[in-house]
Amino acid sequence: MTKFFATMALALAAPVAFGAAGKFPTEAAANNIGDQASLQRGAALFMNYCASCHSAEMIRFSRIARDLGLSEEQVMKNLNLVGAKFQDTLQVAMTREDAATWLGAAPPDLTLTARAKHEGADWIYTYLKSFYVDEARPIGWNNPLLPGASMPHVLWEYQGVQRVVTEPRQKDAQGRDLPCRKGEVGNACFVRFEIAQPGLMDPEEYSVAIRDISNFMEYIAEPAVMERRRWGIWVVLFLAFFTFLAWLLKAEYWRDVH
Amino acid sequence: MAAVNPVSGAIAGVQKWINDRAPGLDAAYRKHISEYMAPKNFNLWYFFGSLAMLVLVNQIVTGIFLTMHYKPSATEAFHSVEYLMRDVDWGWLIRYMHSTGASFFFIVVYLHMYRALIYGSYQKPRELVWVIGVAIFLVLMAEAFLGYVLPWGQMSFWGAQVITSLFGAIPFVGESLVEWIRGDYVIADATLNRFFALHVIALPLVLLLLVVLHLGALHEVGSNNPDGVDIKKHKGPDGRPLDGIPFHPYYTIKDLFGAGFFLTLFFFVIFFAPLFGGKFLEYDNFIPANPMVTPEHIKPVWYFTPYYAMLRAVPDKLGGVIVMGSAVLILFVLPWLDRAPVRSHRYRPLLAKLILAGFVVAFVYLGYAGYQPASPGLTLLAQIATVYYFAFFIFMPWWSKLGHFKPVPERVTMHD
Repeated sequence: MTKFFATMALALAAPVAFGAAGKFPTEAAANNIGDQASLQRGAALFMNYCASCHSAEMIRFSRIARDLGLSEEQVMKNLNLVGAKFQDTLQVAMTREDAATWLGAAPPDLTLTARAKHEGADWIYTYLKSFYVDEARPIGWNNPLLPGASMPHVLWEYQGVQRVVTEPRQKDAQGRDLPCRKGEVGNACFVRFEIAQPGLMDPEEYSVAIRDISNFMEYIAEPAVMERRRWGIWVVLFLAFFTFLAWLLKAEYWRDVH
Repeated sequence: MAAVNPVSGAIAGVQKWINDRAPGLDAAYRKHISEYMAPKNFNLWYFFGSLAMLVLVNQIVTGIFLTMHYKPSATEAFHSVEYLMRDVDWGWLIRYMHSTGASFFFIVVYLHMYRALIYGSYQKPRELVWVIGVAIFLVLMAEAFLGYVLPWGQMSFWGAQVITSLFGAIPFVGESLVEWIRGDYVIADATLNRFFALHVIALPLVLLLLVVLHLGALHEVGSNNPDGVDIKKHKGPDGRPLDGIPFHPYYTIKDLFGAGFFLTLFFFVIFFAPLFGGKFLEYDNFIPANPMVTPEHIKPVWYFTPYYAMLRAVPDKLGGVIVMGSAVLILFVLPWLDRAPVRSHRYRPLLAKLILAGFVVAFVYLGYAGYQPASPGLTLLAQIATVYYFAFFIFMPWWSKLGHFKPVPERVTMHD
């Protein structure tokens, strides 16, 4: 029996140990999918700052209204800025070809971004926090999480303009590069970001804003998440109770087996 | 005349009507269910057979509902799955039950096979049960691979690319064979379409037939037990084994409890961790298949990683394919490799237990190694583990005879 559990534990634990060390670590978004106000604020920010270039073509306005506790009128007036129908998904006006011409690459669809990264919402949160000025880039911005990205810092008004402070890589006795302690920026090691020009929000307010966006994006990646958690607790409790009854039944039937 | 309950009277009438026309049915019920004498000392390890059946049923039923919404076309497949997850009532539940079911299928089947290994359930006269079981394992692997391709995400596409290209290593016919399997020069719409056909019709039929044969073969010879003793040696005056109990109601009720416990765990994962940290549904598979972009690290789902690690451990492609294929095929001959005078590991020498423990460690390590990006240190250890895996079987005719065996009791023992 002990061996059984040891085998089970080993079999389950082995793959869990996996986890690639990223070149730039992500910060915990600490978002809460149950926080409806946060999701609503996130939706508004998303529509204003993301949705003009990025589609989210697998989520409908009507679904957002239902899950975020908003009326059709609220959604159509405040969130639908492109004149779409209530049942429509979040599309962008520009074609992929135009987008590629204007921006260098077509902005990816954002519906599943939070699910396609193993860091989930934390990745989005860190990404939106880490834009810095880089004159070497045609667009003027760079991001250590996605180096060379063609996306400008659309929220710069709020965060302000960041510069990155780096230090040269340390080398070991053989002259090999040592890993950076706090992440890599280009060929150097990251030290900290400095606000060169303050934005409309202080860092605390800005963190809340991007936490809300990350939260909303985690939601659109799996709108069923709320239903799933709501039902899950009852299903599991029922099955646990059923198992208990089945055990009593088994004990009763097996009384004469020695 | 005594009053007859009209309900039981009607039931008895229907029973008689059927028995008159199909006399074999009642006999079959008695042979396989109500009078199938199973040893009374089954322990925890004996839940996994019935649980595998339960998962199979789950896969078939949820699979039927998936096919109602899924579109096997390269342009529509990915979105049809997301449509199911979002716009179809309870579609997300159906999909998670199927995807989680796939992983639980392998958990259950690996444990079921390990049970056979520790209690010598493959030994005479149960060789056929084991051989059919290995065939089920083989078909299950193919079935899982084909199903994994269907959502048409990045890992589906590139996984299919890697696995089908393995056939290219076969001399002379390799390249044509790959093209024949894919139905195109690359993984494409034609591939997806045929994989769908194989996944939903062809292999499930084979799987069901093999399961029937597996149970049929088992019920001819009777179940083994943790002591590995033959319960038919001691029969009561009624001709029934003294250590046997009827499968129904004893084991149907016991398995009901096992099923409840299993389903509690199963649905906990479905409702609270359906991706299981990217192990059951992988992050990269939420990106639509893109033939122009190769993912950084292509790896199979966790249940294939031990064999994938063996494939990578061999520097030569053809050699790797041969090693990987042999790793599964060698299981077929296991009954003829084991020369131990006893079945159960309970009565085997310490040496045999240590060798088996080493095998478990090697296999689990291979599973871990297959999940990681290849590195020289990892590959070396994977090579050692691969050699151990094969040595375990190849030298079994010798090591299984060594050491001091404990006396096997005449009758079964009860531990829990």
